[in-house]
Amino acid sequence: MDWSWEVVLEVLPSMWLGLIVTVQAALVGALLAYVLGLLLALLKMSKNWIVAKTSYWISECVRRTPLLVQLYFLFYVLPDLGIFLSPFAAGVIGLGIHFSTYTSEVYRAGIENVPKGQWEASRALNYNAYQTMRFVILPQAIPPMIPPLANYLITMFKETPLLSAITVVELFGAANIFSNTTYKFLEPMTLVGLFFLLTSVPAAYAAMRLEQRFKPKNTGAS
Amino acid sequence: METVFKYFQDSWSWSLEYYPILIQGTITTIELTLASALLALIISFVVGLSRFSRLRLVRVIAVIYLEFFRGTSAIVQMFFMFYVLPLLGITFPPLVAGILACGLNLGSYGSEVVRSALLSVGRGQHEAALALNYSSYQRFRYVLIPQAIPVMIPTFGNLLIELLKLTAVASLITISDLTFMAQIIRSQTALTLEPFFVILVMYFIISSVLVWFTKVAERKFAKGRDTISGEGV
Repeated sequence: MDWSWEVVLEVLPSMWLGLIVTVQAALVGALLAYVLGLLLALLKMSKNWIVAKTSYWISECVRRTPLLVQLYFLFYVLPDLGIFLSPFAAGVIGLGIHFSTYTSEVYRAGIENVPKGQWEASRALNYNAYQTMRFVILPQAIPPMIPPLANYLITMFKETPLLSAITVVELFGAANIFSNTTYKFLEPMTLVGLFFLLTSVPAAYAAMRLEQRFKPKNTGAS
Repeated sequence: METVFKYFQDSWSWSLEYYPILIQGTITTIELTLASALLALIISFVVGLSRFSRLRLVRVIAVIYLEFFRGTSAIVQMFFMFYVLPLLGITFPPLVAGILACGLNLGSYGSEVVRSALLSVGRGQHEAALALNYSSYQRFRYVLIPQAIPVMIPTFGNLLIELLKLTAVASLITISDLTFMAQIIRSQTALTLEPFFVILVMYFIISSVLVWFTKVAERKFAKGRDTISGEGV
């Protein structure tokens, strides 16, 4: 089996279109995961015991089951219940919901890691709830959240090929369609692997740099 | 009452006919998870320890492995193993390809867990082992690894769940696991909600057992943890 550049040239245009879909799906999915995750984190930290427990278990149910099955669920089951989604929308919603359970933990940990003394200090300074959050808690909580949130964007980017299972023609799906029609697997599959390496390795190093930049500074308060 | 009965008759009568393949799928999923977990565990330690090697070449190979399997998608690796390697003359049965792909993929994440856990062991412990003139084998075997294991377990537990979820992807390379069986039921009965709901519950049960298992292991290894000096992770 020899590498053929002709096949590469043949498959590249459709893979390029697929790459655009992959990037779109990852970005929209990540945005959804960030927003839903924040909501979920607030629900999990609720003072109301029932709300906190319920949201915790819902998030565990999502977290402990495979994304692929959840995508099938959105794609095959919802139309039977009268809700029609395009494959792309179903995929992005699936990605967003699945990873919101991960991002919610990032938000929760970020807020809970702010030393207790900081809350007490803002109380002592007679800050109201808004001032406490805006000027004391969030400035300390947000920087450590950034690297893990960036890492989940990379993870989601690598999970997008699953969307091909529900007929979204993204990078991997495009290569797979080409392979199935021409029976040429070597070049398309290798190219997909290369594309992912070329994007995720630099992205991972960028995330590592972020981590160093946002290393929690020793405030002396604990 | 009658409508409830009718619903069960219409929508759940498939379960009588199809429950054997669901059980079979569950067994395949569990086998795939356990076999690749074992493979991933071995790889994690081998690669994680290689990162501390004195030989530059060993360290470089470990990093290349890590970046390759962490940097590409698991599904791509699976398809590569199942469709491309046979063209190069290397043929695996689907189940073996699935185990290899899942194990190699999770092994890359696991190796980082091993490495960072070893780094988290207090510096004094490294120095003490050197002061006692321990060989590097003794240093890792008797001083560093025993202290690093309690740090590894929670993260390994999370990775085990990730691994279980990854096995669902193996259905795409014709391994007849739970997800594959649900697709068969869907295509033969045109039912959607019921089969997928059943397998979601199955996955939830299996991963909850794994979570429980991790908690037990955590407690078991936590004994004597207070003797560790140095910052944990």
